[in-house]
Amino acid sequence: MLQRTASIHTEPPIARELADRFRSRFVKVQPTCDDIPTIWVEREHLRETLHYLKSEAPDPFRMLFDLTALDERMRTHRADQPESDFTVVYHLMSFTRNQDVRIKVALSGETPSLPTISDFWPNANWYEREVWDMFGVTFTGHPHLTRILTPPTWTGHPLRKDHYARATDMGIYDLSEEKEIAEQEALRFRPEDWGMVRQSESTDFMFLNMGPNHPSVHGVFRLILQLEGEQIVDVVPEIGFHHRGAEKMGERQSWHTYIPYTDRIDYLSGVMNNFPYVMAVERLAGIEVPPRAQMIRIMMAELFRIASHLVFFGTMSQDVGQLSPVFYMFTDRERVFEIIEAVCGFRMHPAWFRIGGVAADLPQGWDRLIGDFCAYLPKRLDEYVKLVMQNRIFKARTVGIAAYTLDEAIDWGVTGPGLRACGIDWDCRKKRPYSGYDQLEFDVPVYTHGDCYDRTMVHVEELRQSVRIIRQCIKNMPSGPYKSDHRLTTPPIKERTMHDIETLITHFLNVSWGPVIPPGEACVGIEASKGMNAYYLTSDGDTMSYRTRIRTPSFPHLQMIPLISRGAFVADLIALIGSIDFVMADVDR
Amino acid sequence: MNLILFGLLNIVGILLMLVIGAALLTWIERRLLGFWQDRRGPNRVGPFGSLQVVADMIKILFKQDWIPPFADPVVFVLAPAVVMVAALLAFAVVPVTPSIGIAGNLNIGILFFLAMTSLSVYSVVLAGWASNNKYSLLGGMRAAAQMVSYEVFMGLALIGVVMLTGSFSLADIVRAQQELWFVVPQFLGFIVFMIAGIAETHRLPFDLPEGENELGAGFHTEYSSMKFGMFFVGEYIGIILVSAMIVILFFGGWQGPLLPPILWFAIKTGAFVGFFILLRAALPRPRYDQLMAYGWKLMLPLSLLNIAVTGAVMLTH
Repeated sequence: MLQRTASIHTEPPIARELADRFRSRFVKVQPTCDDIPTIWVEREHLRETLHYLKSEAPDPFRMLFDLTALDERMRTHRADQPESDFTVVYHLMSFTRNQDVRIKVALSGETPSLPTISDFWPNANWYEREVWDMFGVTFTGHPHLTRILTPPTWTGHPLRKDHYARATDMGIYDLSEEKEIAEQEALRFRPEDWGMVRQSESTDFMFLNMGPNHPSVHGVFRLILQLEGEQIVDVVPEIGFHHRGAEKMGERQSWHTYIPYTDRIDYLSGVMNNFPYVMAVERLAGIEVPPRAQMIRIMMAELFRIASHLVFFGTMSQDVGQLSPVFYMFTDRERVFEIIEAVCGFRMHPAWFRIGGVAADLPQGWDRLIGDFCAYLPKRLDEYVKLVMQNRIFKARTVGIAAYTLDEAIDWGVTGPGLRACGIDWDCRKKRPYSGYDQLEFDVPVYTHGDCYDRTMVHVEELRQSVRIIRQCIKNMPSGPYKSDHRLTTPPIKERTMHDIETLITHFLNVSWGPVIPPGEACVGIEASKGMNAYYLTSDGDTMSYRTRIRTPSFPHLQMIPLISRGAFVADLIALIGSIDFVMADVDR
Repeated sequence: MNLILFGLLNIVGILLMLVIGAALLTWIERRLLGFWQDRRGPNRVGPFGSLQVVADMIKILFKQDWIPPFADPVVFVLAPAVVMVAALLAFAVVPVTPSIGIAGNLNIGILFFLAMTSLSVYSVVLAGWASNNKYSLLGGMRAAAQMVSYEVFMGLALIGVVMLTGSFSLADIVRAQQELWFVVPQFLGFIVFMIAGIAETHRLPFDLPEGENELGAGFHTEYSSMKFGMFFVGEYIGIILVSAMIVILFFGGWQGPLLPPILWFAIKTGAFVGFFILLRAALPRPRYDQLMAYGWKLMLPLSLLNIAVTGAVMLTH
């Protein structure tokens, strides 16, 4: 928090760098609650600025971490910012500097437009489609600007402030036969739309529709394969079947009541989703979390990392045809859930973190319960490595299969185990320690080939590291309160009420309406089980968020599938999908 | 008169045993898989869940018998019948004991067995084709390539046994193993035959024609009700058949001390059926091209080597 006040008042070096480079005064710096330099640029300078940052700058910002937008028309607390109806936000990341930068562009009018940057960063393709879908911002020069999350028949742009948010605003839903046929017709795949041909000189291609219901696509995910025999010529991934409008819900829920929604974003990682959200809110509110709460958070997040990785490991081996390991690993995951249930009273979606701490203190005997599990798991892992990783058929199916290079990974926005399998030790917990990870000892497993096997190996090693972290948490759990005594924590502290009418009213309001979080912007990212998960919150000084942006790791990972699977076999694609470790709810939100 | 009656009894007896055995296997397999996978498996219907078979039967028979409108109806119906008929016919030449067995002494027994297993390829290919579904087609394509290739090694693996016995009759082959089971002199042949046998029955790790993670259910994606049931039963009869053939060709058939021949035959066959199920619990599935490379680059040279060595040894004796 000390850093925060300091950074607001000094100009970030990157802003000076940009000003020097372009010798102009278009650079405007906006103070934010996080430490990310936020720079406004004019629409016409956008492409050259981004190009400079990506390719020319010393220690360039090579990854497009996020690209999103903001409907500013209803926002009241933005006096120090340029006039804007819609603001498009580019969030870039530099590994060499270990720094982020946020570039903002102000747009005006009902039909705003911007030049595309999908030729700089291939992963901008889907992000721009999403922004078009959600905000109606067109990107000129984009190769395929169509809806991505909502159905092709949708009208309107859901994240605009004038778009309805509740089903009750929509009128009665009726699926008549004509409508059903029209909806299905809209989903029909036409290869020509994607620049594909139906036949080559020698052969007619087969177009195979894989999903949205298919045993290997892990949820509702549709892949359209262009096949020549069993060889893949091209792939078109289609997402959005799991879209629930989680970001829109954030604008209708109080800061506190939104926590359970976050659990369901990456539904395998439970409280790990709460983590970036509550930290972002705490950033906005300036809440300091007591050490015990921080340690509890780390411990629970690591337990969920184990649960999620076990599911990954089991389904990965099942995807290449091994029937048994998935049962062993689900049994072990059940043990994790027993612990989580004992602590949180809930299994998959405990919504256990609170703004300012956690919901309750650890139960009696928690240390023995978790300690037993930490003693049990490593032995089992040794067996699983023998069973799966050392199996020759498994190796034949995964070694050298669906590999991508480090450059490709960075270009496409890959984070998490998929990135660490390419030979870079980028782990948020180490590079940007949050919540006290810097006090814990653990290694960041790194592999170099970037293939399915290495991605799986990274997961396996991370399981061991998580056990190691949890052991340290048990040993060093600090005493003290499990929640901050800040006035904006939720639920508000009961002991402070019942003194006089004022305290009673304050408590009542903070419970019923929820706390009013001061205006500002904060983006907090963590190392989630599948990669970097970040919440970019914009507060307009209300009981609800003005804009909740959820940057999930699975979204860019899926976008990469066509690149890696061209020329491979259908069976390789299955291995690739298995090794990505994604959850459709995490992709579609 | 008595002879005819005995013959008929044999036929009906073996047919019943096979169909019941195959049905029971569906339950045994699930119980065994459950045991190996730290879970229970079907244990609710009847003692230890054994009546699960009956429950499944009732369910599968009363399901709607559906032929997709886009399928070729004649071939679609024919395909599951072929697999069951071929597997059952192949059993005609299996000598269970010296007295039990329909045509155990048939002097072209092995050839008949190979012919019948070749026929069953048709059912899979036809099913994949007639379903008019892309996943089924891919499954059928894989099946055609896989089964035709492994047929070759299966046939070649048997040559060594035939050379040692000098007969195509399965009963003769069993009798020739009085002193020494052929698994010892024909170990290579045994290994190749067993692997080819698994591929023929398209069981994991060679279940590429079904490959549920890739193709949904492969060639039988569109099948439901008893037509699906026939594929299922046909597969299990295939497992029993291949296990029985392994026992006859390499493990001395019905021969063994103390116990009656029929029990020996059942015990040995059962052991191999169990081994097949264990394989399913343990191994992942190779890729299609890896499977073919494995066959043509490893199995073929191995089986040829086996024939050459057997021939050389026989010549020197």
